[in-house]
Amino acid sequence: MRREDIFIKGRRLTLILAVTLIVLARLSLFVGVIDIDLSSLLSGDAEQWEIFILSRLPRLLAILCTGVGMSVSGLIMQQLCMNKFVSPTTGATISSAQFGILLALLFMPGSTLWGRAIFAFITAILGTWIFVWFIQRIQFKDVVMVPLVGIMFGNVIGGVTNYLAYKYEMTQALSTWLVGHFSLVIKGRYEIVWMVVPLVILAFIFANHFNIVGMGKDFSKNLGVHYNLVLVMGLTIAAMITAAIVVVVGTISYIGLIVPNVVAMFKGDKIRGTLVDTALFGAIFVLVCDMIGRVVIAPYELPIELIIGILGSIIFVALLLYRLQHGRKAVRLGGAGTSGCAAAVSHVSGGDSR
Amino acid sequence: MFVEKLTKKYDGKAVVDSVSFEIPKGKVISLIGPNGAGKSTVMGMISRLIAQDTGLVSFDGKDISKWKSKELAKRLAILTQTNNIQMKLTVRELVAFGRFPYSGGRLTEEDEVLIDKAIRYMELEEFEDRFIDELSGGQRQRAYIAMVIAQDTEYVLLDEPTNSLDIYHATNMMKIVRRLCDELGKTVVLVLHEINYAAFYSDYICAFVDGKIAKFGTVNEVMTKENLSEIYRVDFEIQEIQGKPLSIYY
Repeated sequence: MRREDIFIKGRRLTLILAVTLIVLARLSLFVGVIDIDLSSLLSGDAEQWEIFILSRLPRLLAILCTGVGMSVSGLIMQQLCMNKFVSPTTGATISSAQFGILLALLFMPGSTLWGRAIFAFITAILGTWIFVWFIQRIQFKDVVMVPLVGIMFGNVIGGVTNYLAYKYEMTQALSTWLVGHFSLVIKGRYEIVWMVVPLVILAFIFANHFNIVGMGKDFSKNLGVHYNLVLVMGLTIAAMITAAIVVVVGTISYIGLIVPNVVAMFKGDKIRGTLVDTALFGAIFVLVCDMIGRVVIAPYELPIELIIGILGSIIFVALLLYRLQHGRKAVRLGGAGTSGCAAAVSHVSGGDSR
Repeated sequence: MFVEKLTKKYDGKAVVDSVSFEIPKGKVISLIGPNGAGKSTVMGMISRLIAQDTGLVSFDGKDISKWKSKELAKRLAILTQTNNIQMKLTVRELVAFGRFPYSGGRLTEEDEVLIDKAIRYMELEEFEDRFIDELSGGQRQRAYIAMVIAQDTEYVLLDEPTNSLDIYHATNMMKIVRRLCDELGKTVVLVLHEINYAAFYSDYICAFVDGKIAKFGTVNEVMTKENLSEIYRVDFEIQEIQGKPLSIYY
C-alpha cells in the first residue's frame, strides 16, 4: 500500500508539470506580433497557417528542445562529475561549442548549419572531456573549486574565441551565438535541435549507468560497470545535446545548473526517477522566460538569455540561501500521506547527529 | 581464491612485495598491520580495483582479470571507505543497485523480493524511503551492507568497515560481519585497524608488515605476545576473554 502511495505521489508532480507545459505551450503558440487564433486556423486561413508552420511551431519546438536538452545535459554532467555545480555553462561545454562555430566560420565561410554543427559537436565534446579529465587528475577537496576551474577554463576558451573573432572581423557574425535567442528560429534552419530528442532518450536508457558512475569508480567496478566507458559516453551525450542547442539558439546559461538542482531537492538523485521531471521543468522554465521576453517590450522582443540570466540568478541565490538554512535535507512533498512524513521527520530530528 | 607473488610498486618502491596466500572459503579473514603495510593495496588487488604489477589473483580457478566484470560482480562484492557519497538516493534505491549485475536497470519480481529481504536483514525497513545522506554513519554503513547482501555474492570484501564509526556502531558492524559468514555462508575478507575486533570476530588473521605477510593463521596462532610485538613494535599483553585472545598494548 505504502509503495503504491509513493508511486502515485511521485507521478503527481510529473502530471502537474506535464499539464502546465501543455497549457503554456498552447499559450505560446498564440503569442506574437501577428495575431493568430484557433478559429481561423481551423477554418483554413492560408496566411495564418503559413505563419503557424513557418515560425510559431518551429519556435515552440525549439524552445521545448532547448529546455529539455539543457536541463538533461546539466543533470548528466552533475551526476557524472559528482558535483552539483557542474553544468554545460560551468563545465566549459558551451564556450567550446562557440569556439567550434567560430572555427567553422573561419575555415568554411560558406558552411551550412550542419557544417557548423559538426565543428561545434567536436569542440564541445573535446572541451568537456578535457575539463573532466582535468578535474579527475587534480581531485579537488572543495566542491566549489570544480565549477570555478570550469568557469576559468571556459573563459580561456572564450578569450581565444573572441581574439580570433576580432582578428578576422567576425565579432558581428559570432554575436548571434553568444547571446541565446529564438527570434531567428524558422522552419528550415532549426531542425538540428531535434537531435536533442534521441539523445535524451539515450540518456534515459543509460540512466542507471550514469547513477552508478556518479557513485564513484570503486562503486562502479563493484557492480561490474565500466567506469571510463560510461563516463566518456555520458559526457559525449551531454556535450552533443548542448552543441546542438548552441548552434541553433545560441548560449543559454543557468538552466543546466538550476533545473536539475531544483528537481533533485524534491525528488532525489535517482536519474530514472527525476529525468522526466527535470526535462519537463526545464521546458516550462524556458517557455515562461521566452513568453516574458516577447511580452515585456512588445512588439519587440528581448533575447531569452537576458530573461533567463535575471530569473536564473535570483533562483540560484535562493537555492544557495535555502541550502545554507536547511542543509541538504530533502524537501518533502506534503499532501495526502502527511502522517507518514511527519513520522519520518520526527525521526530525523530524533536521530543522532550526522 | 588465492594470490601468488602479488607485487605492486609506487614510484619504484614496493608497497606490496611478492605476497602469496589462500583465502579459506566460508570464513572471516581479517587483514591487519601498521599504516602503509600494504593491506589495503592487497585488498584492492584481490577485488580488481587496483591492477597488480606482477603476480596472480586466482578466483574460482581463473585469473581475476580474465573474468567478465558483470559475472565477477555476481560472485564478489567490495565496499571501500570512499563510499560516503553525497548523493540523494533512498536506502531502497541504493540497495536496488545491488541487483544491477543481474538485471541491469529493470528489476524483476525476484529482485524486489531479494531487495526486501536484504533491507529486512539489516533492519532498515523504517528507513527504506529515506535518503542515505540523511542517515547517521552507522545506518548508512548498514544500507551499504544491505546492498552487498542484495548483490548476493559468495565473497564480500570490506575495506575498513568500522572506520569513523563509534564503539556501538563499530561493534554492531563486526557482529553483522560475523552473521554474513555464519548465517549467509559468505566468505568475508576485511581490512581492520582494531586488532581486537579482528581477534574476536574473525577466523583467520593475515598480518602485513612492509608489504609482506608477517603472519597468517588462525586467530590463536597469530594473536601471541611475540607476534604482535614484532608486527606493531610496541609491547603487548594477551588476555583470554570468552575464549578469545584479546590484546592490550601500551
